[in-house]
Amino acid sequence: MELTSLPPKGSSVKNRLARIAAVLAVPGAGLVLSGCTVPSFYASEGVTETSKSTFHLWQGFSIAAAIIGAFTSGLILWAVLRYRRKGDAIPKQTQYHIPLEILYTIIPIIIVIGLFVATVVVENKVVADPPTTTEIHANAFQWGWGFTYTDHNAVTVGSTTEEPTMVMPVDTDVRVILTSTDVVHGFYVKEFNFSRFALPGVTNKFTFHAVKTGTFAGQCTQMCGLYHSIMYFKVKVVSQSDYSKWLASFDTPEGKAKADAAKKVLAEQMSAHVPVKPEASGGTNKQ
Amino acid sequence: MTTLAHEHDAASHDNHGEHGHAEHHGPRGILNWLTTTDHKIIGLSYTVTSVIMLVLGGALAEVIRGQLANPNGHLVSFSEYNQLFTMHGSIMIYLFAGPFAFGALANIIVPIQIGAPDMAFPRLNALSYWLYLSGAITMLLGFFTSEGAANFGWVAYTPLSDAVQAPGYGTDLWIGGLILTGFSAIFTGVNICATVFYLRAPGMTLFRMPIFTWNLLVVSILILLAFPVLTAGLVMLYADRHFGTHIYSVAGGGVPVLWQHIFWFWGHPEVYILALPFFGMVTEIIPVFSKKPVFGYKGMVFATITIAALSLGVWAHHMFTTGVVLLPFFSIMSLLIAVPTGIKLFNWIGTMWRGQIWFSTAMLMAIGFVVTFLIGGLTGVYLASPPLDFFTHDTYFVVAHFHSVVMALVLGGMAGLYYWGPKITGYLLNERIGKVQFWLLFIGTQLFTIPQYWLGLDGMPRRMAIYPNNPEWQNANTWSSVGALMIGVSTLLFVINIVVSWKKHPAGDNPWDGHTLEWFTTSPPPHHNFYRLPQIRSERPTWDHNHPEAKALGHGKDHQ
Repeated sequence: MELTSLPPKGSSVKNRLARIAAVLAVPGAGLVLSGCTVPSFYASEGVTETSKSTFHLWQGFSIAAAIIGAFTSGLILWAVLRYRRKGDAIPKQTQYHIPLEILYTIIPIIIVIGLFVATVVVENKVVADPPTTTEIHANAFQWGWGFTYTDHNAVTVGSTTEEPTMVMPVDTDVRVILTSTDVVHGFYVKEFNFSRFALPGVTNKFTFHAVKTGTFAGQCTQMCGLYHSIMYFKVKVVSQSDYSKWLASFDTPEGKAKADAAKKVLAEQMSAHVPVKPEASGGTNKQ
Repeated sequence: MTTLAHEHDAASHDNHGEHGHAEHHGPRGILNWLTTTDHKIIGLSYTVTSVIMLVLGGALAEVIRGQLANPNGHLVSFSEYNQLFTMHGSIMIYLFAGPFAFGALANIIVPIQIGAPDMAFPRLNALSYWLYLSGAITMLLGFFTSEGAANFGWVAYTPLSDAVQAPGYGTDLWIGGLILTGFSAIFTGVNICATVFYLRAPGMTLFRMPIFTWNLLVVSILILLAFPVLTAGLVMLYADRHFGTHIYSVAGGGVPVLWQHIFWFWGHPEVYILALPFFGMVTEIIPVFSKKPVFGYKGMVFATITIAALSLGVWAHHMFTTGVVLLPFFSIMSLLIAVPTGIKLFNWIGTMWRGQIWFSTAMLMAIGFVVTFLIGGLTGVYLASPPLDFFTHDTYFVVAHFHSVVMALVLGGMAGLYYWGPKITGYLLNERIGKVQFWLLFIGTQLFTIPQYWLGLDGMPRRMAIYPNNPEWQNANTWSSVGALMIGVSTLLFVINIVVSWKKHPAGDNPWDGHTLEWFTTSPPPHHNFYRLPQIRSERPTWDHNHPEAKALGHGKDHQ
């Protein structure tokens, strides 16, 4: 059998790679240059300051993924179409091409470092905890949510039959203090591009700075038992004056009564799900 | 040609001859199966059992997709739905993917690829299989208890899996089954390590081992590092449930999130314990059907070792949203895994480059693996970035990501079955049915996962029995269900193919012009695998023997 090198001379791997890279660079550069019309890649643009940063990070990752994906699948497609079996000749038994191998080790490392730096910049914004006096305590329980407000009477609570609403002011740093009374829950608001676990025994804090008013859907994302599928809540972002009015509505006598009733419901929900007492967890195998 | 071969393994030499299998005087039939210590029969038992688990887990998936085809599906209740996705995940990960990856084809092929007569500890190998089978039955028995099977997701986060939240026996059977299969995996890890280190044939140096064997060696080391942690974690969970300990309960001073650390300390290496054997399978298949040596052999080994090393330091990327882990460390470690994985991908492409690609079913499945894994890999990079993970965690985006990966593994596994099946049984599978199966599986997989990526980005959380009545969501879910149905039909075609091709087309010793030692012996191989061995001077001894004029070109030799 004869050893043959199938492709015509002169079209080395290097040349072909360069050509493919050039073809791909055009749409890639186009995407970068038309900065303001970068597609959303199906993610939510966000309605808070940090969710907008997260969205831009998403776009950056997506452009990188699109270029790498197009390049790699182009190579696969080319190999599959071009090098279909055309006879019984044994192709050249190339096993190593050290410069090429080094190239496709180094370039991914550079890309990864770039992605990591962008990640850290955005991450520091998202997990920042700026000083603020507007604090909302979010309590997750099976299967609902209760929201109370530091230094105010206001309280909203709801379970599977009635979605509770977390009311918060726009253009203000709002700290959410998240706890769980029973199992692990997930606090997730799509338009905030954010979720965080409500962990029993752990107090999680995070800050939102909404830039747009409106009502947004929220939901438990972490499997938490039977009615996990319907553990919804709403987030209502209102103007600062509406927010003050809403808080004050709980200071009138009837508002207080409403708040007390809601607090009672919340306390009942939470006491029904207090973490297991030591003597209660002996289980079925008591001696 | 035979002049190059030399006799080997004098121990069983006397019994050789034209009798083939008759050389081995042991029990026959069911008694043989029950008492065997032959790695090929144990491997076949593993293969059949784990493929049955694949079908079973797939059937549960079809019910799940049936329920989700409508926003207010009434096929199952909330409680049944929770059991369904828990057991679907548990069966697929613990009872199919793992045992298939390191128990089934590995058990059969690794000893043959290194020219060994059997595994190092044949009885321990048998014990591994029986532990696996009894663990699988134990877990599945949960369906027959009054409160049903485990229902807290396959990750079993505490406190949802404690005695108060999950009092049923189904949970205890789930834990017990996992402890049994955990020991099974550990013993297999010990066995493969010992086999690879001590039973290699003369000339089979470490850097002449086929990549499949290399990957299984690395996987076995990972098993030894990861599985004992899970098994210990499960024993502690059981103690919390029944012996009054408070390791994971807040009230007793325990830490619920500790379970997540322990679970994922096993769970992330586990991802590579599952994936690396399948990487190994396609790394065997692509060179053979391209008529070329694997491109960048040493880089491939290095990439495998790097993936394994990194995989031990990335577990908390599953816990970014807990708020209790150091984000940048786990982010960079997870992102870095893309580098060796990318090397593998380019090596596969480099192997096909200027080859003579023969599109057998095995090769099509292997290419399908590469493409599907590319999608799963790229979407995985997003999840390594904490801010992006925050809004995709526990949504369908993650579900789609890991299903792209595991469906790639299913494609790789099918490639392995079409490739090595003839070696194990002596008969080829029908190629025409195989190709129809491939296209159904490949297109079905993309149709199944791609709508889920969109659903996740549009805010649909996972593990929901019902979802808001939104026509777009329903549409996407319906497409996903159609994809799942196509995958189901393709699996059915595989079973039909086995029946149709049963003992029809004899394979011969080397139907694919294979490279490695298993293609040097008969199909199926004799009791102790070899009558004779060729000289082993590279990772392709059989190829070198059949094509002495076409040796692989070394470093720096003739790349223009």
